[in-house]
Amino acid sequence: MDMDAFNDDFKVTSKGKHKSYEIDYESLTQGAVEKLMQADIEHISGIFGVDENTASLLLRYMNWNKERLIEKYMDNAASVTSSAGISPLEPPTSQSQAPIRSSIEAFVCPICFDDSQTKTLCLSCDHTFCASCWIAYATSKIRDDQEMAIRCMAEGCSLVAPDLFVRSILEEDTTTWDRFRELVIRHFVASNPNLKYCPYPSCTHTVSCPSASSKSSLATVVPTVACGASATHKFCFGCPIDGDHRPVICGVAKMWLKKCRDDSETANWIKSNTKECSKCQSTIEKNGGCNHMTCKKCKHEFCWVCMGPWIEHGTAWYSCNRYDEKDGVDARDAQSKSRASLERYLHYYNRWANHEQSAKLSIELYSKTEKKMEEMQITSDLTWIEVQFMKKAVDEVEKCRMTLKWTYAMAYYLDKGNEKELFEDNQRDLERAVEDLSELLESPIEAENIPTLRQKVTDKTVYVQKRNEIVLEDTANGFLEGRWQWNCSVDGFD
Amino acid sequence: MASISSRRLQKELKEIKTEGCPVGITLLEAENFDKWLFSIEVMGESQYQGEAYTLMFRFPPMYPIESPAVQFVVDQTHQSPVHPHVYSNGHICASILGTDWSPVLSVVSVCVTLQSMLASCKKKERPPDNDQYVSRAPDNPKKTRFHYDDDTV
Repeated sequence: MDMDAFNDDFKVTSKGKHKSYEIDYESLTQGAVEKLMQADIEHISGIFGVDENTASLLLRYMNWNKERLIEKYMDNAASVTSSAGISPLEPPTSQSQAPIRSSIEAFVCPICFDDSQTKTLCLSCDHTFCASCWIAYATSKIRDDQEMAIRCMAEGCSLVAPDLFVRSILEEDTTTWDRFRELVIRHFVASNPNLKYCPYPSCTHTVSCPSASSKSSLATVVPTVACGASATHKFCFGCPIDGDHRPVICGVAKMWLKKCRDDSETANWIKSNTKECSKCQSTIEKNGGCNHMTCKKCKHEFCWVCMGPWIEHGTAWYSCNRYDEKDGVDARDAQSKSRASLERYLHYYNRWANHEQSAKLSIELYSKTEKKMEEMQITSDLTWIEVQFMKKAVDEVEKCRMTLKWTYAMAYYLDKGNEKELFEDNQRDLERAVEDLSELLESPIEAENIPTLRQKVTDKTVYVQKRNEIVLEDTANGFLEGRWQWNCSVDGFD
Repeated sequence: MASISSRRLQKELKEIKTEGCPVGITLLEAENFDKWLFSIEVMGESQYQGEAYTLMFRFPPMYPIESPAVQFVVDQTHQSPVHPHVYSNGHICASILGTDWSPVLSVVSVCVTLQSMLASCKKKERPPDNDQYVSRAPDNPKKTRFHYDDDTV
């Protein structure tokens, strides 16, 4: 129900036909979000017949959920109003200046005990303090505690200062006032499942993406969005992973990252490469030599193959005559199974890590390419614009490496079968094309070769682009059609 | 900003010196505006009859906008009272020292609150998580996020 209400508020204009691996979203500036917020406030203010300050405080108290606020307010207006920290005495039209009192008799502020203060302030609860204490208090709350509800300073008083009051005390400190407004907007954005703040440091843009706001939608789409403030501000609307993790969905990407982070694989290695001394249980790695083991710790002598005491081997030195006995066979099976699972994981992990590493080296590649582009201009009569094909190719390689990286995470979890084979065929084609293009980019420049190189690189770039699109599109379609089968349980799949 | 706390503390100190402290509370040391010591004794019938404890106040520069750091002194000669809200390292779990702090509260009013907290105690015991907390507690009790779960004692 709540979801529908939000959808009505923020209709995202459809940008016509888009590719199946792209998602509709809208980038909003802080001002645009403020307008959305203002619309909600005006809506509530109109329905309840209260001023906007009050409507805003009510909405903040209910985490901007209009439906629940209306429901609760209709049920018991007085109780909601007082819980939200609004004085019931406040006349509904007190849009005037915050109450500023200049008393005639000497006033001693109960906080700073300064009797020379002439300017005092209070909320409608009449708890009066001097203006400088109010300023210090509000500044500390906003800047240190990131608090947007500035409560009355009196003990046990739960009244919240309305925005007009906050504004009047922060009149001379616009940075703190701006911070306060930003906190309110951030609260609004955080409360609305259709909105997300751009995670890049100090970026104030917001992205609205209603089609990825529910958890169930994340099983079929990868909501990669960009906030619009800068081309690099690309992030996933559905999860906190940095950058673009297409084509793999959030749940699988998260699982993979967790697996890579966990040292469960270290334990796996220990399991497949070591054994415990049968007497003192110390972990032993056999790194060479014969089967006659002597534990360094307890001096126990045993056979590495059957784990039995060496003494039972009698005269069959250096070869265990129990090798084919059932116990020995079972132990070997268990060990090779664990080794196989480790090797499978490493197969995917190494390829994943390779692309990740290449992406990290991209800055170097860009500067190297730039030098080459300059060189080309000198050795041939190509102009700056004409050598841009090199940069374009590097851009494309970077993009495809990102896609390839995540395809390994996906393939690790895909269940064996035709679908997986097709997926890996597409993956292989892209991989091969990317490596070919990378090699071309690294090839030395000779004046007479430049025209052919240019032709080759341009053609290859187009081809790589095409292959990348095929991988992204086919994977995205697979999610929409429910074609992918996993070899473990994945969030959102049965 | 230090001027706020020093002016306010000056005034509080003057008041303590002219009007005195409530019964059972004595100022032990107030040589500067960073740290004050008080002695607290519970008057009348209580679990803590005849026992005196030392309370330490440390003031941040933004006092009283920010709450002071308050704890019982624990060293070779001092102990903290055995109380369900007082840890053996002297840290106190009381909401007025944290989220419920109000700038209108004062040093004396905190002393009185803590005195009555001791007075209303029915059974001398440590908080259930005492050992766990004390082993990892920060030096300044303000760095701990207490969970105020019981306001009957």
